[in-house]
Amino acid sequence: MTGAQALIAALEALDTEVVFGIPGGTILPAYDPLFDSTKIRHVLVRHEQGAGHAAEGYAQATGKVGVCMATSGPGATNLVTPLADAYMDSVPVVAITGQQSTALIGTDAFQEADICGITLPIIKHNYLVKDPAEIARVVAEAFHLALSGRPGPVLVDIPKDVLQAQTTFSWPPALDLPGYHPTTHPHGKQIGQAARLMRTAQRPVFYVGGGVLKAHATDELRALAELTGIPVVTTLMARGAFPDSHPQHLGMPGMHGSVSAVYGLQRSDLIVALGARFDDRVTGQLDSFAPDATVVHADIDPAEIGKNRHADVPIVGDAKWVLTELLTAMRAEIAENGGEGPELSAWWTQLRDLRERYPLGYEEPSDGTLAPQYVIKRLGELVGPDAIYVAGVGQHQMWASQFISYEKPGTWINSGGAGTMGFAVPAAMGAKAGRPDRTVWAIDGDGCFQMTNQELATCALEGIPIKVAVINNGNLGMVRQWQTLFYDGRYSHTDLGTHKHRVPDFVKLADALGCVGLRAESADDVDATIKQAMDIDDRPVVAEFVVGKDAMVWPMVPPGVGNDDILFARGVRPAFDEDDL
Amino acid sequence: MSTHTLSVLVEDKPGVLARVSGLFSRRGFNIDSLAVGETEQPGISRITIVVNVESSPLEQVTKQLNKLVNVLKIVELETDASVQRELLLVKVRADVQSRTHVMEAVQLFRAKVVDASPEALTIEATGTGDKLEALLRMLEPFGIKEMVQSGLVAIGRGARSITSPTLRSTA
Repeated sequence: MTGAQALIAALEALDTEVVFGIPGGTILPAYDPLFDSTKIRHVLVRHEQGAGHAAEGYAQATGKVGVCMATSGPGATNLVTPLADAYMDSVPVVAITGQQSTALIGTDAFQEADICGITLPIIKHNYLVKDPAEIARVVAEAFHLALSGRPGPVLVDIPKDVLQAQTTFSWPPALDLPGYHPTTHPHGKQIGQAARLMRTAQRPVFYVGGGVLKAHATDELRALAELTGIPVVTTLMARGAFPDSHPQHLGMPGMHGSVSAVYGLQRSDLIVALGARFDDRVTGQLDSFAPDATVVHADIDPAEIGKNRHADVPIVGDAKWVLTELLTAMRAEIAENGGEGPELSAWWTQLRDLRERYPLGYEEPSDGTLAPQYVIKRLGELVGPDAIYVAGVGQHQMWASQFISYEKPGTWINSGGAGTMGFAVPAAMGAKAGRPDRTVWAIDGDGCFQMTNQELATCALEGIPIKVAVINNGNLGMVRQWQTLFYDGRYSHTDLGTHKHRVPDFVKLADALGCVGLRAESADDVDATIKQAMDIDDRPVVAEFVVGKDAMVWPMVPPGVGNDDILFARGVRPAFDEDDL
Repeated sequence: MSTHTLSVLVEDKPGVLARVSGLFSRRGFNIDSLAVGETEQPGISRITIVVNVESSPLEQVTKQLNKLVNVLKIVELETDASVQRELLLVKVRADVQSRTHVMEAVQLFRAKVVDASPEALTIEATGTGDKLEALLRMLEPFGIKEMVQSGLVAIGRGARSITSPTLRSTA
């Protein structure tokens, strides 16, 4: 068989259901056997960036490796943004790219780009395959690397002549990864230390990150939280890892976190970080973050431990194993102490008080415009906790994290680390392709939507009926918010004209892309529009909500300051108990 | 800032040097010197990196290096527990008057003359960075026309080898 046939046979053997891609000169040999594959569905996207984000959405919705394919040169470079995104958020993606024939590599040949060199800083690993006999092994290694340990993107670049050359195929190939040994089982001594600290702490918090979702460890998390009574915060990457409705949930920490979650971490005497990485958006100014906290830091990536914040008890391991063993150790610890768990009633009194005084909320716009928070809140209430919500990046993303109640794992997908505008539509397409049984709502802004909405043509033609709520405030809303707060209201180049000129007309655009277009402009229309969208299942739907431009995301820890300086609303600092400050 | 010598065993695969050196620049670490070569084991290369950092970011950089799929092992070689050498080739102005004086310096440092012409001598010297610096100071007054220096290479003292399991790898 040819190298190309070996590639497709390897993808089939790895149970690849869907490949998102666009053919072109150098990857053409691979598309020929792909044409005959009965196991692999190829989704022809409209831009390679869409293929990459779709692979990310697919991976996060299914827990499997997402696969995208592109040709050399610009096809490959268009994958750079989604690969960087997948790297930041630890999403298992395998990208297959065509490359110029080996004899032409290095000659600046047509559509030649050194994609291995270009992607070096933004991938877990990459390969330039020079021998067709290596294709099966390399693809198997790529899948293994992408999904195991700390997940991440892997790129496989294959020159055209290697795809065309004759080779043999045998499966399974022997993996050759002598330098790759992710630690999944935590060290018993550190687990014991962590359990002792958890029992004796007076103000402990579980700081839960995306690693808990990736390890499918949410049941274990809930069991440990309920055993100890310790409060839980879930980061932007971990929304849904612990039910929002759970009385022990303080909400999301960080720049736009709830007051109780931010305060909880800031005043804690013990932080148990689980699959989280002390990102700057969570810690604020690092040297004033949680000054009294002893830190237990569990992560599968040893390089995350101590990277930003010193870990007093470092635990390297998969969150599933870490939580399972912490649970056992904690049960023993409690039993040894006459059945007494941690004494947290004073801590909870403080936290409950803060939660009641500073709940997540919003003010109705004074100019009579539609509140974007209301739209998103109603969307969550009407659609419910079983749907998958996929957000773009900006104000709408923060509101979607704040005002939709996430009760289950795998119901929230977004671009957290990279903050990639335009993520929502293609990622929702990938999620829906992977989980056709689930309702998938993209929540997007008018800025984000204009970056990648062409993938709705793909959705319409491929039978991927996603729903998109475009929260249209006519502006690059989050940038405008910063201009309001930090640049004296000088709105330099943030007005997109999507209000003023209604360009584009999103209803007509939806129609042109083969979708149903709906629009709501007042609070009275919101429910009916959402319900109308919910009733359509044979086509993608775009529901535009024309909202006010002045709404802002609160609370907010302004950039460059510590979490003590959190603002509940503009100019309003929460009154923390003076004794604690 | 302090100097650390890291011995990094890597799979001898295309691009591995770029992966390692790229990591240093990406994470904001400065490489003082870098040398790469074969080892006694086919398919395994050894990169010796001298890096100038505080100990806490050094831990971070070794952890990040360990994550590279092609990196097999990283060992920090302490100065007093290892033999560390650099190679220097230097072309020094040496005419009839100065030649004897140059030769004295060469002998003093147990260096070698590897090429000679009526106006210049080319000298080869190996040693620690300090020794080579001292030699250069001696030669400078004669006039250094050209010089080239290798990266530092280092090997642990004693019978154990870097691949021996008892040798603790960093991070």
